[in-house]
Amino acid sequence: MIARNDAYQIVLASLQEVFVQSGVEPPASINEDTVLVGNAAVLDSLGVVSLIVEVEQRVESAHSVSITLANDKAMSQKNSPFRTVGVLTDHVIATAQEAAS
Amino acid sequence: MSVSERPVMLITGTRKGIGRYLVEHYLKLNWLVEGCSRGESEITDSNYRHTSLDVADEKGVRAWIADVTKRHGRIDAVLNNAAIASMNHVLLTPAKSANRMLEVNVTGTMLVCRDAAKVMMRRRYGRIVNFTTIVAPIALAGEAVYAASKSAVVTFTRILAFELGQWNITCNSFGATPIMTDMIRGVPQDKIDAVVNGLAIKRLGSHQDCANVCDFFLNPSSDNITGQVIYLGGIT
Repeated sequence: MIARNDAYQIVLASLQEVFVQSGVEPPASINEDTVLVGNAAVLDSLGVVSLIVEVEQRVESAHSVSITLANDKAMSQKNSPFRTVGVLTDHVIATAQEAAS
Repeated sequence: MSVSERPVMLITGTRKGIGRYLVEHYLKLNWLVEGCSRGESEITDSNYRHTSLDVADEKGVRAWIADVTKRHGRIDAVLNNAAIASMNHVLLTPAKSANRMLEVNVTGTMLVCRDAAKVMMRRRYGRIVNFTTIVAPIALAGEAVYAASKSAVVTFTRILAFELGQWNITCNSFGATPIMTDMIRGVPQDKIDAVVNGLAIKRLGSHQDCANVCDFFLNPSSDNITGQVIYLGGIT
């Protein structure tokens, strides 16, 4: 079980890493409501791919849980589980929980 | 996570045939080789580790690559050699057999590429070689589904090259001419002769031919060779 704040910190750190790697200037503030996908997103589509991979690797490294965030369930949801930092954080927790069970 | 000093290669379908030969070839060239196949391997070398795995099993592939990453911290190259063939006239091909070929040959290749590429991205380097076959471009009767699955591998690899190029990961396909492995042992000799007679170089392929093409794709100087397919024997 990953604590919510741990998952949130992983998403934030991963997002920072993606900004550094892509050379894109990060927004002035990042919080739970920061949009990752769609209109007003802070990342382009390749940035989202990089973010998802970065989060998976950080979860595995910190919690020894191997997860695939872009799984069948996630990709068939009406609302993207990657749309904001907060929603992605919840998706990380749920996916890690499923992987561990 | 500690990172191995020596380069790490994944090879699928290593229990016998071309896969086994490639393991031995790259061990001699100082690679750390991680192989898989559905059965056990007889290769005993401290620089080789075998995992019994069906490449079409998503969870299994994920666990395999996670384990390799945990032990080595890197993946430099992938040779997707695992495949199954069922040589049948299409009118005599059951759906189950067709689906199984697509699962192993297409989905299996995709899964290994996907999870290995996630590891390669970290070091912004990687070489992926996906195995296809000349029976696709020569449209060999009796192999419709197998050839279709391998055509899919070529298209998949060409697009993969564009999706992974930004991380300096090259993706190429390689199609061998018939090689005397278990996969073609059941094919009538006259059919094999007809294929060989249609080649520019009229001989069966060899394991060395395969290693030669892989060596070319894996060469560090081949960093601008991507999205390509090389067929042996003059086939295009």
